[in-house]
Amino acid sequence: MMNLEIPRKFTPLINQAQQVAREVFRPISRKYDRAEHDYPRELDMFASIMDGMNEGSGDGGAGAGSLARAGDENGSGNRNGTNMKTVLGLTELCWGDVGLALSIPRQGLGNSAIAAVANEEQLARLGNTWAAMAITEPGAGSDSASIRTTATQDGDDYIINGEKIYVTAGERADAVVVWASLDRSQGRAAIKSFVVEKGTPGMSVERLEKKLGIRASDTAAIRFDNCRVPAANLLGDPEISVDKGFAGAMQTFDNTRPVVAGMAIGIARAALDQTYALLEKYDQPLTYRAQTWTQTAAERELQRLEAEWDAARLLTLKAAWMADNGLPNSREASMAKAKAGRVGNQVTLRCVELCGSLGYSEVELLEKWARDSKILDIFEGTQQIQLLIIARRLLGKSSAELK
Amino acid sequence: MTRDPIGFALSAMNRLAGLPLLDRLGVRKPVERLAYQGTRVGFQTLTVANREFKRARDLFPRKRLPARRPGDLFDLNLDDDQQMIVDSLRRFASDVLRPNAAECDENAALPHDIEHQAQALGLSLYAVPAEFGGVAENLSPVTSVLIAEQLAWGDLGLAQALLAPFSVAQAVTRWGTAEQQSTYLPAFCEDQPPVATIAIDEPVPLFDPMSLSTRATRHGDDFTLNGLKSGVVRAGDSDLYLVAAELDGEGPRLFLIERGTDGLAFEAEPAMGLRAAGTGRIRLDNVRLPASALLGDEDFNYSTFIDRGVLLRCGLAVGCAQAVQDYVIPYANEREAFGEPISHRQSVAFMISDMAIEIESMRLLTWRAASRAETGRTYHREACLARLLCSEKAMEVGTNGVQLLGGHGFVKEHPVERWYRDLRSTATLFGGTHA
Repeated sequence: MMNLEIPRKFTPLINQAQQVAREVFRPISRKYDRAEHDYPRELDMFASIMDGMNEGSGDGGAGAGSLARAGDENGSGNRNGTNMKTVLGLTELCWGDVGLALSIPRQGLGNSAIAAVANEEQLARLGNTWAAMAITEPGAGSDSASIRTTATQDGDDYIINGEKIYVTAGERADAVVVWASLDRSQGRAAIKSFVVEKGTPGMSVERLEKKLGIRASDTAAIRFDNCRVPAANLLGDPEISVDKGFAGAMQTFDNTRPVVAGMAIGIARAALDQTYALLEKYDQPLTYRAQTWTQTAAERELQRLEAEWDAARLLTLKAAWMADNGLPNSREASMAKAKAGRVGNQVTLRCVELCGSLGYSEVELLEKWARDSKILDIFEGTQQIQLLIIARRLLGKSSAELK
Repeated sequence: MTRDPIGFALSAMNRLAGLPLLDRLGVRKPVERLAYQGTRVGFQTLTVANREFKRARDLFPRKRLPARRPGDLFDLNLDDDQQMIVDSLRRFASDVLRPNAAECDENAALPHDIEHQAQALGLSLYAVPAEFGGVAENLSPVTSVLIAEQLAWGDLGLAQALLAPFSVAQAVTRWGTAEQQSTYLPAFCEDQPPVATIAIDEPVPLFDPMSLSTRATRHGDDFTLNGLKSGVVRAGDSDLYLVAAELDGEGPRLFLIERGTDGLAFEAEPAMGLRAAGTGRIRLDNVRLPASALLGDEDFNYSTFIDRGVLLRCGLAVGCAQAVQDYVIPYANEREAFGEPISHRQSVAFMISDMAIEIESMRLLTWRAASRAETGRTYHREACLARLLCSEKAMEVGTNGVQLLGGHGFVKEHPVERWYRDLRSTATLFGGTHA
């Protein structure tokens, strides 16, 4: 039966994540926005609590670490599972602070990649490692098939050479999941992902970026210079296969994109909530009306932002719901990411505008959220990449036809 | 603005051009004459009653359909009944409505055979409880929205025409007194149900359904109504009108007015779109009504009534917008420019991606509001959000649909120009719908 409400069974999880956002993240949000590159020590203790939460209950905690593997659940009929849970948890955490949510140990997007592609042995060995994700290079961003980093087999090892940038949590994580090509002449099919543990000789963090937003999260440039990793650290199938190779790696995104969409929804909600709080303080209540032309401009704009926000939220829940039910959701995941990415950015920027100099100043967090939100329309595939994916699916076009 | 001499000259020429004398002299082309006469007929009294509603002698107790129990999980699956309705209406929309839509738009009328075929589907039965001859067991706004979506995929104007009687039946089921339900609902379950409509809009800019110029005044137990309604779907051929009026400072209420009531007159008011729905104006000139004409009693809520209308209108918008998307995709793949399909260009492809994103946004917001209504939860906020989003995005889809076809989109060879005109109604109309 049709129901578009959040199921009650996730209420404890949402409450838990909301407490974390309110009591742990918010009080230190501005501090680590100013002290870029300082490690938020508060998160260590919190991470242990988080691990406890994840292991404590069947429905687990709020991180991205245990994404996917939805098809493993038994039984038929309608399911609300790990994907929806993860979206809901991260939405709440990002209501607190996106940069800090990205810095929670062992909950990184690299962990999602491991969860999605690793075999049972790798999952047992690497499942509890805090893993960052390294795809982008100085010369290749959205066009991830043209990466130059190589992995050459040498006995039981692979030797990795290349440079990766924009590695979220790249300095703090225990390991990095690196995309590298086994044979650059064979194109995207030869791209594989490797888990490289911190301290492996030949791997070095070159620098940390200074950024527009999410300053609490470290963004590293990492160099691999004859970096030797065991063959057992290659995630998934080592064979170069046109069918499975790159497509398999890209499938990770079908699960992680709704999560990033959820992050955008969380930060936009934060901006709307704070805008209402400020408006209430200055006696400007919001009512919902069918005819919006008779409202004040500010009221109409807020109603419009709420509508856009709810649309982004429902698209995201749909994409996660499809993943939980084993339905192919590549198109819906990109729709959610595209919509939530741009709506999150629009909402946070508009809330700054609505609150005027108050919104623009560092007295409030509104200006910070308006800076943080921009990355959510860029990483895990830019707005434009999502539109490209959606269009190819709708029009039945290959990447060679619709470039 | 003051008129200068050129303005006077133009105005005089216009009046000259409007003189019937030109017609008698045979100066004007026949097409022009038709258009001219169509707008000059003026108000006609609605005196001929096609149908009499028998006053019920044995009243059934007032019926209120129960809300359905909310499900535990997030779920976008349709149940078996809904899937069956969607499948059969999709066939009806593609076999009957779509092939006839252009002609109905051109003639500004709903042909009898299409109406009879739609009646054979028994749509009104879903609006009427079993006690009165229908099949409704629960509140079912979700099903209503799905019905609207499928019919509007065929044609928005025809869907609006077919759903006006359905909406009146829904409204009487939801709000009617025992007497009103016993009088009107059985008629909607007959082989040829009455034509009925809901009149809310008035011809003023920034029209707000919460603030009406049409007045109802009490005279003892009776009411007198005065006012002017516009954009009324099937204004000319309805047997029963549900008319919104401000009641003596008590706020807006709705009145059931039967065709043939003294003081009720109508004028054709063809519009930009929805032409198959036969929009018109209704004039109420000292219309005297008995106490039994006032829809509902103490449980009536006008704001919720409007929200219910909003749900169905959003469903219509979603269906028509989906028709645009389903049409531009094959077009963009088949149309070639510069040696390849235009769909190979990002500027074209991205418009289609955005279209799909926003249509799905419209659908999910509408479904959420409807499912909240169906399970007895509050839905005013959700209905308002759905209306605002659908108003904005439906027109965006309509205008981009034409743009994607370029010059071909502007001519009547393709349906996108009609959808452009029809989709504008989402933001402009309140009447004619009730989920």
